[in-house]
Amino acid sequence: MGTAYGPVAYSVPPRRRASVLLGRGSAVRRLDWTLLLAVLALSALGGALVWSATRPEALNSGTDPQAFLKRHALNVVIGLVLGVVASAFDYRMLRAYAPFVYVLSLAGLLAVLSPLGTTINGSHSWIVLPAGFSVQPSELAKVALVVGLAMVLAETRDGEVEPRNVDVVVALALAALPLALVMLQPDLGTALVLCALVLGVIAVSGAPLRWILGLVGGAALLAVVAVQTGMLKDYQLDRFRAFYDPSADPKGVGYNVRQAQIAVGSGGLDGQGLFQGQQTQGQFVPAQQTDFIFTVAGEELGFLGAALVVALVGLVLWRAGRIATQAEDLFGRLVATGILCWFGFQSFENIGMTLGIMPVTGVPLPFVSYGGSSMFANMLAIGLLQNVHMRRDHLSPRAGRLEPARLSLGNPRRK
Amino acid sequence: MRLVVLQVLVLSLLVTLTGRLWYLQVLAADNYRAAAAENGTREIITPAARGMILDSRGRPLARNRTALVVSISRTVMMRQPDAGRALVAKVARVIGKPVETVWEKTRLCGSAGAPPAPRCFNGSPYQPIPLTDEASTQMALQIMERREDFPGVSAELTAVREYPRPLGAVAAHELGYLGPVTDEELEARTTAATAPTAGDPQSPRSETVLQRTDLIGRSGLERQYDADLRGRPGVKSLSVDHRGGVSGVLSETEPIPGNYLVTTIDADVQAEAEKQLEAAIMRARGLGDINKGYATKLKADSGAVVVLDVRTGGIVAMASWPTYDPNVWVGGISSADYKAITSKKNAYPNQSRAFQGEFAPASTFKAVSLPAAVRAGYSVRGSYNCPSAYSVGGALKRNYESQAYGVISMRRAIEVSCDTIFYKFAYETWVRMGGLKVKKNAKDPFTEMAKSFGLGQRTGLDLPSESDGRIADRSWKRAYWKATKNFYCAKAKTGYPEVARKDPRRAAYLLQLSKENCVDGYAYRGGDAANFAIGQGDTTTTPLQMARVYAAVANGGKLVTPHIGRAVMTPSGQLVRRIEPEPAGRVPVSPATLTWLQAALRGVTEVGTGYGPFFRAGFPLGKVPVASKTGTGEVYGKQTTSWFASYAPADEPQYAIVMMVSQGGTGSGVSGPSVAELYKLLFGIDGSQVDLDRASPPGGHPTSDLPAVRPDGTVVQPARLARGSN
Repeated sequence: MGTAYGPVAYSVPPRRRASVLLGRGSAVRRLDWTLLLAVLALSALGGALVWSATRPEALNSGTDPQAFLKRHALNVVIGLVLGVVASAFDYRMLRAYAPFVYVLSLAGLLAVLSPLGTTINGSHSWIVLPAGFSVQPSELAKVALVVGLAMVLAETRDGEVEPRNVDVVVALALAALPLALVMLQPDLGTALVLCALVLGVIAVSGAPLRWILGLVGGAALLAVVAVQTGMLKDYQLDRFRAFYDPSADPKGVGYNVRQAQIAVGSGGLDGQGLFQGQQTQGQFVPAQQTDFIFTVAGEELGFLGAALVVALVGLVLWRAGRIATQAEDLFGRLVATGILCWFGFQSFENIGMTLGIMPVTGVPLPFVSYGGSSMFANMLAIGLLQNVHMRRDHLSPRAGRLEPARLSLGNPRRK
Repeated sequence: MRLVVLQVLVLSLLVTLTGRLWYLQVLAADNYRAAAAENGTREIITPAARGMILDSRGRPLARNRTALVVSISRTVMMRQPDAGRALVAKVARVIGKPVETVWEKTRLCGSAGAPPAPRCFNGSPYQPIPLTDEASTQMALQIMERREDFPGVSAELTAVREYPRPLGAVAAHELGYLGPVTDEELEARTTAATAPTAGDPQSPRSETVLQRTDLIGRSGLERQYDADLRGRPGVKSLSVDHRGGVSGVLSETEPIPGNYLVTTIDADVQAEAEKQLEAAIMRARGLGDINKGYATKLKADSGAVVVLDVRTGGIVAMASWPTYDPNVWVGGISSADYKAITSKKNAYPNQSRAFQGEFAPASTFKAVSLPAAVRAGYSVRGSYNCPSAYSVGGALKRNYESQAYGVISMRRAIEVSCDTIFYKFAYETWVRMGGLKVKKNAKDPFTEMAKSFGLGQRTGLDLPSESDGRIADRSWKRAYWKATKNFYCAKAKTGYPEVARKDPRRAAYLLQLSKENCVDGYAYRGGDAANFAIGQGDTTTTPLQMARVYAAVANGGKLVTPHIGRAVMTPSGQLVRRIEPEPAGRVPVSPATLTWLQAALRGVTEVGTGYGPFFRAGFPLGKVPVASKTGTGEVYGKQTTSWFASYAPADEPQYAIVMMVSQGGTGSGVSGPSVAELYKLLFGIDGSQVDLDRASPPGGHPTSDLPAVRPDGTVVQPARLARGSN
């Protein structure tokens, strides 16, 4: 079965190309279809919601009411291509590219801070490209950090020995760089996602418990210090204040929170129907096609539709957890864990803020929110998950447990 | 193991989200639905046409004129790339106004860069903004034929209030006027209207809510019957987005036009009353002041006349001079006009002397003091001495309006208006009651009778701001003394040096007055009682109150409630309700005394002080007997007040007429001739001929039928009463 671990393209004779896709043990058969279908369902739902959220403005200004829907669909398609690429090469070979990806993302983050960067919605996190395109390097930094952390923490032992203190320190140093650059933008939401991701990966890597407790404690301490010393911008603090008391200033800071809750709450059990939501069609909620997309689901599709979105996100997270559990090696497991933490925290933060149980920070809802960079990063992550999934020994009765002996085979760093 | 913990953690987060969703969307959904509805809907109000005010025979006293109004939608303006500047410039060219003025009109009052009111727009941002209300048909066509060039611009016929003055009848004080709604009223009515319907999203919230652009009745009938006349505005509920852009129509109700108010006023009589009042004023100004040896002309600064239906209290005509054109209020009064109708120099034309002016009624009050004297024990069949002066507690009080007649009958005393006989009645009664040391609970028959005739209190007239008048009895004197004694006691010490420089005699008089008032100004003296009996002193009445007194005498003792509103009808002609206020009761006068008094008052016209004006007018008293009483009121420091109170026909009374001219000389010389002319109109008198068919209103009696309103809103005069139809 050794051939199965090589890149798919190399393991199958050209004359049987059809069976590569459909045959027994082929890539198509080995895909985690549940994960893929859940992602496609979320993306499709997202398309409908983006459409509904952007239609009134387009009708008002006389532009194409389906423009955002088309762009969203295009983003999904590009994302899927990226996902296929990310799943095509054996993820263990990815270790070779990890430093390159990591450095590339750092370069992107630095570019944002240079005059190339642009401020949108108070966050200096964009690079505007010609022809109306713009990229958000912090999204790609998530992918880079997932791979980088997994590489550092899984490298030396491949599960035989728990990571030593020095490994954890290196991992933290690795995380600190992009984290610092993201904070400088400042993009608090992405920074929090990165923190959750780092914490989760270190925890699952088997690092000593004191590290985990220390990190949690340190994060809490840092939060206090950040507020006290004015590291956070005023608008960020205002968002937190609005979280505590949305009624304080309904026209200013609390406006988003208040309008978002009105939108979700007025949806009721079965919603007002797509294109029928008063709040949505009246564009009372700001950033409705991106960060506050969930309010559209809440208002127009009601509890049933909103709960479906939560359930689909849950499905994705379940599959990510399952892939982490069943991964052949620690690297794969940590990659899957990082993605699980990333999606899990980001989804909770995004939906939670529209429901008024989390402070407002600008993070998109994976696959649902409109936005190219975010969609590409998410699809790359799904590609990585599929990659890890496809390359486990699914016939092994001990699937789900690490097999150190086998793992060395596919490790490009050990050849 | 840690992976399992992580997955449990993630699961718990998802459960949290679902729980919160359930709470927001299922448990608390209603609150949020209400909030969303409030957020996303705006209402546009189409004002209802205000109901007409009609005279007794259906002629409009207040109606609506249509004006071509060009307005622009703010929502459409906002969608233009230049926020509507070019569009406004184009409209301004068509309606021929400066671009900047029109642009300012589209700015919301209070918004950044808006000019001060009234140049800015004071309405809701969702209301079309009127740019001109005097567009020509040509302008309207230019806009409506090229709608694509004028998006959001409309030219529509809109109702504007108008007071057409049929036959010249103005009735400014009775009709009142409209004014823009104030912030306080807006607030008050909004809270009142939303409070009871708060939990019911189905109830149309704006039904009774005033809009910022509304006009409401500020005075007169317009105010009194505002709720009837106003109607219900049409409400168009729009869904809007966060910037106020309109995205759809949720519901629409048509405006319900206001109801018509049919009044008791007869435009013919009203016009004649106004004309005759002015004639009386001019007559007085041509006459010399009798007290100054005719050297000084009479000022005749103001006057009033009331024509009352003696049976129902319906006011057939009521006028006050000086007056003004109520149309000055339409479309907002200019500050110059406002100053003109409220200034002292012009004698306050906005105030009605008929129901807001208070004057000493003088001898017309004898219609009240005679029954009081009867009640005090003086027989109408007795004979009494009428000297030129009567000693009241040592002070001689003279006979104002007549001379010494010797011993005369009571009837003759009324006919010649002998004051001294009434001094005697009042003073003797005062002495019998204990004089200054009055017995507790002793009822003074004179002041009690005045109260029984409804004096000293509002008549219940259906107009705002009616005056009470004043009965200067014991309790009033005490209260007045308490309020003024500090002032008088101070003046008793300092005197009136500033007056003394010009007029030492007047200063001495004032000083004496102050000393007396300081020490025992509370005392109800014999002189007070004597003055009261002849309608002098501190007692005052409105002309309307006196008309009511004479109506009571005429109709056999029923104290009617004067009113102008007669019925409320829908614009399609259905009767909503009749307005027939109950009489306030009966005056406590025996039928015998009333009959005697009626005869005596008839005698005044036939052989007494009221004869002159009717004789000079050639009035056929044999065919239409008139009962009357003259009055010449003494006012300290002013010329006398001319009064003429009457009713006719004396044998079958229909109308009571009271006319009063302030600083107008005598009752018979100034007011009497005008009253005689009014009766000529009321009974169709031409020379010595009486033709009731030619009377106004026809038949020689007040109109009782209501005018018919056709379903299309036009008014038909009562057929058999229409003039010249038979």
